[in-house]
Amino acid sequence: MRLPTTRACCVLTVGALALGLTACADSERSDEPSSGQASGGTFVFAGAEEPVTLDPFYASDGESFRVARQMFEGLVGTKPGTADPAPLLATDWTTNEDSTSTTFTLQEGVKFHDGTDFNAEAVCANFERWYNTPPGIAQSEALTYYWQSLFGGFAEGENTDSLYESCETNGEFEVTINLTRPFVGFVPALSLPAFAMQSPTALDKYAVPAGKNPTQGPYATKYPTGTGPFKLDTWEQGTEVRLARNDDYWGEPALVDEAVVVAIADPTARADALRSGDVDGFDLVGPADVDPLAEEGFTIVDRAAFNILYLGMNQNTEPLDDPLVREAIAHAIDKEEVVSASLPEGTVPATQFMPDLVNGYSPDVETYDYDPQLAEEMLAEAGQSDLTLEFNYPTEISRPYMPSPGDTFNVIRSQLEAVGITVKPTADQWEDYLGKIQGTDKHGIHLLGWTGDYNDPDNFVGVFFGRESSEWGYDNPKLFDALAEGRTLTSLEEQDAYYQGVNEQIMEFLPGVPLASPVPSLAFSEEVTGYVSSPVQDEVWSTVSVG
Amino acid sequence: MLRFVLRRLLLMVPVLFGLSVLLFAWVRALPGDPARALLGERATPEGIESITRLYGFDKPLLEQYWIYLQQLVTFDFGSSVRDGRPVTDTFLEQFPATMELTAAAMLFAIVLGIPLGYISARRRGGAVDSAVIGGSLLGVVIPVFFLALLLKLVFAIELGWFPTTGRQDARVDATHITNFYVLDGLLTREWDSSWDAIVHLVLPGIALGTIPLAIIVRITRASVAEVIHEDYVRTADAKGLAPQTIRNRHVLRNAMLPVLTTIGLLLGLLLSGAVLTETVFAFSGIGSYLFDAISQRDYPVLQGYILFIALIYSLINLLVDIGYGVIDPRVRVS
Repeated sequence: MRLPTTRACCVLTVGALALGLTACADSERSDEPSSGQASGGTFVFAGAEEPVTLDPFYASDGESFRVARQMFEGLVGTKPGTADPAPLLATDWTTNEDSTSTTFTLQEGVKFHDGTDFNAEAVCANFERWYNTPPGIAQSEALTYYWQSLFGGFAEGENTDSLYESCETNGEFEVTINLTRPFVGFVPALSLPAFAMQSPTALDKYAVPAGKNPTQGPYATKYPTGTGPFKLDTWEQGTEVRLARNDDYWGEPALVDEAVVVAIADPTARADALRSGDVDGFDLVGPADVDPLAEEGFTIVDRAAFNILYLGMNQNTEPLDDPLVREAIAHAIDKEEVVSASLPEGTVPATQFMPDLVNGYSPDVETYDYDPQLAEEMLAEAGQSDLTLEFNYPTEISRPYMPSPGDTFNVIRSQLEAVGITVKPTADQWEDYLGKIQGTDKHGIHLLGWTGDYNDPDNFVGVFFGRESSEWGYDNPKLFDALAEGRTLTSLEEQDAYYQGVNEQIMEFLPGVPLASPVPSLAFSEEVTGYVSSPVQDEVWSTVSVG
Repeated sequence: MLRFVLRRLLLMVPVLFGLSVLLFAWVRALPGDPARALLGERATPEGIESITRLYGFDKPLLEQYWIYLQQLVTFDFGSSVRDGRPVTDTFLEQFPATMELTAAAMLFAIVLGIPLGYISARRRGGAVDSAVIGGSLLGVVIPVFFLALLLKLVFAIELGWFPTTGRQDARVDATHITNFYVLDGLLTREWDSSWDAIVHLVLPGIALGTIPLAIIVRITRASVAEVIHEDYVRTADAKGLAPQTIRNRHVLRNAMLPVLTTIGLLLGLLLSGAVLTETVFAFSGIGSYLFDAISQRDYPVLQGYILFIALIYSLINLLVDIGYGVIDPRVRVS
């Protein structure tokens, strides 16, 4: 689709933005080369919700991570514009052959905000802290979701089957992490803010007694201490998080003096706040607001899609257990139209259950091109010419992978009706919807999706198809085994080739129809420059300047 | 009077107890469950089970209620399932915001409503009366969220006179002691922060205060129209009292009784009506938090907040009853 001229000139691609940034950073440096003094000012950014906690280890929500990324850094970051791991607090790493042990060389001269040295001991203190999470509330999946989904259990508690074995220091700036079994996603997973390095001194000083909720203790609300370009000024819960520039930052210091994060739940209210100058930028622009904002002169920054929207089919509901019927449905859907009618501009239709940035993406999957006539023939062959299907979709919700489910539903409904399928719409509010789709068998075809956390195919297809579930309603031991084996691979190259095969297998089985990876957008006032977007939202504001 | 107040306070105990039963039953009758809401797409059967167990939602309902009741007696309202914060803490933190907003809305409604109602009654059938009646009808029928969006569009976005969201500009350096931002600015002598907080109250205050304004205008008008035909007003007039004395001591004072009752009732309504206004203006009070709690099925927050609101509502009504005595000595005597 052609972009309106104003939009075209305002939309910044990731690459172009990164280039612009380099220029910007260069000019800053050339102005004040020695001191690295900043441009100053306050950058006010609106997210959709309040952070849950400022201790990223106990967080799994995007808003907590957004703030954490400004204050904390992990051993591993991501290459700008991609989901691939890049050096951060570790300058280099080597993994042994069977992917059970990784040795990291650490960045020297780094200090936490409280003056504590960052070194091998600090790294081990962090790993040991995670592994020794006390039983009780801290071990609930709501608090330690990422540790549990990646590293499994803890030193003590209900689940002691952990991937983590030990941490060894080899001198001050080299550290080795040993795992109990191979995990090729280990290094990319460390780019998650949940595994960012925190000051052992501050953690000890402001520790919460075991059994108490650590997300609301003094450390997590007043004294979160990392190594990042910003440090916490105040968190006025319910109102705002104020971050001050860390003048002693080991890298290039932040350009603005201060960054403030406010929460505005309603997307229209966020857009209005930008228009009236209350905020300098905001995330999760509603698809309907993108063009008007661009035409009004605001800068729209697209984030490379790292998500997937799909049409799920419940094989517990007849005749969706018939592969021919599933195939007919796939051929009945015109993904291009779904994208143009209900998803943001720039979105590309999907061919499999992961975006192309993910390791293991296959160019050779069966694509089931739009062919309504073939769909009708297949339905007739399956004896389902007068098929009636329940179509579930959520209301009053907007997810990055599903900005307007009602619109997407309408497009697909008319396409299914065009091949003679009678659609019985069932709309539910989000929480009820999730309960119905994931917790019961009482649904037919449905809309759902996922936003990836880091570059690992298991984080997409493993989550969807790794075991029997009410959502898909099938029992396919061959696929379950294939996905289980994928988790034991020992190199990225091996993983790439293997998951290409898995993706082909999935698309042959066709449990659902992958629709698209919608492009999420951010919007900024004209004065804001230097915002680098990231597919996995690894966005650090040190390069942002205002005015 | 003291006995009256004490009796009313004691009466609140069974009322609140009954409400706690209803609330407990109601939040658990909501479809969906907090564990699933909390985990969203990431929910696994094990994750849901562990959270359900952790918060005791798997226990028999009677046992859950018994635990809840035991906590209530010790003023422990539990902690939010979503963010783990104690319900009492968040309520106390957010209540000043809602109070400020409600006060602004009420101020707008009373300051404008009583004079308009009075003028309208005195010039019954005239052009002013027709305009006031028409306007108040419009005020009652216009949905709050629509008015809020309209006000934002015209006065914040197009004209740029007011901010669109929040309680204070993030760029204003303000110290918050009591969380009543206007008051905080006065206490710390940060005048600009006080002024900024007032500016932020204007549009939400008008949006929230429009329905009460319309109601107050109508009640005042009807009440004044009735009182001005009373014998004592005619007598006062015949005695040759000055018109403003008649207006203040005889007409308004007597006409205010039904208005006061209405204001008391409206205050309670405003507390709950703030949900929409706070959401539209991203005004971080109890309303927007409660709104999130409903969609998140956050049982402790729902139970705690609604109980707090009911308590405040009861206290306001008590104050209104005491206010009767002050305005009308006849009530005191009886």
